[in-house]
Amino acid sequence: MATEPKTATTSSLPQPVPFRTLFQRLQAIFQTLLIPVLSIITALLLGAGLILLAGRDPVAAYEALIEGALLEPRGLVQSLLKTTPLILAGLAVGFAFKGGLFNIGAQGQLIMGSVAAAWVGYYVTGLPTWAHITLGFAAGALAGAIWAGIPGALKAYSGAHEVITTIMFNFIASRIAEWLISGGSADGEIPPGPMNDPTAGAIQRSPEVLETARLPVAFDYPPAHDLNIGIFIAIIVSILILIILNRTTFGFELRMVGMNPNAARYAGINVKRQTIVTMAVAGSLAGMAGVIQTLGVNGYYEANQSLALGFDAITVSLLAANHPIGIIFSAFAFGTLEQGATRMQRTGVAVELTVAIQAFILMFIAAPQIIRFLYRVRGAAGTGQTLSSGWGER
Amino acid sequence: MGTIEFVAIFATLSATIRQAIPITLGAMSGISSERSGIVNIGIEGMMLISAFTGYMMNAYLSGMDSLALLGAEIALDSTLRLALSVAVGLLTGGMMGLLHALLCIQFKVDHIISGVVINLLATGISGYFYDPQAETEGKIPELVQNPWPDGHFLNRVGVVLFDKDVITYITFILVALMTFWLFSTVWGLRTRSIGENPRAADTLGINVYRLQYTNLFLSGTLAGLAGVYLTLADVGVFERNMVAGKGFIALAVMIFGKWHPVGALGGALLFGFLSALQSQLQFFGINVPHQLVSLLPYAVTVVVLAGFVGQARPPAHVGQAYEVEGQ
Repeated sequence: MATEPKTATTSSLPQPVPFRTLFQRLQAIFQTLLIPVLSIITALLLGAGLILLAGRDPVAAYEALIEGALLEPRGLVQSLLKTTPLILAGLAVGFAFKGGLFNIGAQGQLIMGSVAAAWVGYYVTGLPTWAHITLGFAAGALAGAIWAGIPGALKAYSGAHEVITTIMFNFIASRIAEWLISGGSADGEIPPGPMNDPTAGAIQRSPEVLETARLPVAFDYPPAHDLNIGIFIAIIVSILILIILNRTTFGFELRMVGMNPNAARYAGINVKRQTIVTMAVAGSLAGMAGVIQTLGVNGYYEANQSLALGFDAITVSLLAANHPIGIIFSAFAFGTLEQGATRMQRTGVAVELTVAIQAFILMFIAAPQIIRFLYRVRGAAGTGQTLSSGWGER
Repeated sequence: MGTIEFVAIFATLSATIRQAIPITLGAMSGISSERSGIVNIGIEGMMLISAFTGYMMNAYLSGMDSLALLGAEIALDSTLRLALSVAVGLLTGGMMGLLHALLCIQFKVDHIISGVVINLLATGISGYFYDPQAETEGKIPELVQNPWPDGHFLNRVGVVLFDKDVITYITFILVALMTFWLFSTVWGLRTRSIGENPRAADTLGINVYRLQYTNLFLSGTLAGLAGVYLTLADVGVFERNMVAGKGFIALAVMIFGKWHPVGALGGALLFGFLSALQSQLQFFGINVPHQLVSLLPYAVTVVVLAGFVGQARPPAHVGQAYEVEGQ
């Protein structure tokens, strides 16, 4: 069982791994997966209840969902495209979680990353492809890092809780981005935003990025379903984060602060600095999600993103118990759900059903006692989270 | 100063009150919850789902002449229709409050995660069952008409003070009642004691869990009132995600007001003013992109939090699970 934020129980401390037989290993994996899988199944059953309540057919709806998301090549491509930002945003939440911080600002950090990548993509010219893409990633990651680092610094030096500041930063980011690409007022009193593309007409968006900034396509399903290499970048980043968390001094200090900031302070760790760096790294991950969205999928920045991704990312991360590799799989589950929902809509079921299903999943993950009670599953004692989430300084 | 500016000043003040009402009620919801030791970031969702159910009830009852209740036919006039809609909204909020309490107390879920569950649930359920074709026979009317006619020198003052619905006036009364409740009643004293030191309160025979459940129901109801204000009094219709962060701003306002109802009202009026500026600025002849003005309330929330949270002391035990002894 992976560690939870701010727990101080001995079971969550890193412990030497004794030799285990294959059977014991499989059993451990089964135990780890049991609650998440049962949570998803139960949430889907509750979702079926909601479908019935609206007078629709849940079997037909779920069939359409699976067919539209997994069984067709283009559906699968779209599912993977939707999985990519969820992996990186889920990592942005999970990484902060490990450091005892609640990052709800993945959406804002993603927007900043998207905008920065778009700017680099169309403004910087004359670079070879590899350099242009690298520069785009650097700019997007930096923008995301700054956008998360500010709430981190506010947390460290003034005690302003990151839950509220990151949510506010989501709104601020979306308004700034809207302004950057806005077309100005019709009477010309208010000039267009600095990143507005006047040739795009009524659609408010940035100019298109140059060909040299576009991410290479890994798999191409005609006519218009290109899988860019973003998903592979996301998976590599997940592995890197796993190594940083478990094999570096920085990762060790981060987890130590996450478990008990006071103990970490006594051990000589600069908790304030650690708080800012943790948030900045988390923000750079979400920023990279934005880069992939701009350079891989859209080719420009357009203000059509909802503010929901930050909350999706929380569910993705918690479903995987904040484990970087687990996040890949839970992100795929949610990417599939999101993609399938568009097909499910044809059977008369609104896409918002997925948000309700997500709420149920999160509820069961956070309160596994409900699942244990429903399915009579016995679990190790003390898996219930004993967290504290006050507003104070750390 | 030109006439247009003069008119715009009073229009801004009137809009300030309009914008401050849901934030004030949200902050009252937060105070009720946090003073008893439970962090409530689900206010946003509680407002949204209540706004939704209140509105749908209004739409459902619209077009009905009478209501069959317990075998008796009751004539359905607009007052009864709106009263029932408000009641449904309040009850929905209360139930969400109880769900939050259940997750936090019974299942010891982290309060913030539980709040996220509430918010997601509200977004999902309201978005899923929302019917864009729903129509209503109108919203809550203004309680008192402006008694001063156009041209009268007090007309502009009247615009600010009157032409408001009943929930607006109730909100101001609620702020006074909450202050009295918190500092002058046994219930309020006990609420504060379990927020500060539940162990001591428990030892003195106070049923900590029962009080937390009660206060979370109250908290949900207050958030529910904020929600129905949006759909039944202010905007008049439901839109997806219409709360737009007001629940989170309410929490910041609560911290700004140091967990005191009157302080929170002051903070809410400040934010109401900033939100009102957005729609009124153009009347002053100031041309600023509206996107940049609309981020003001959010930016000020951050500044306020950073500037005030250091001095503000939260209830000592807020956000921590409490385990009753001997269980």
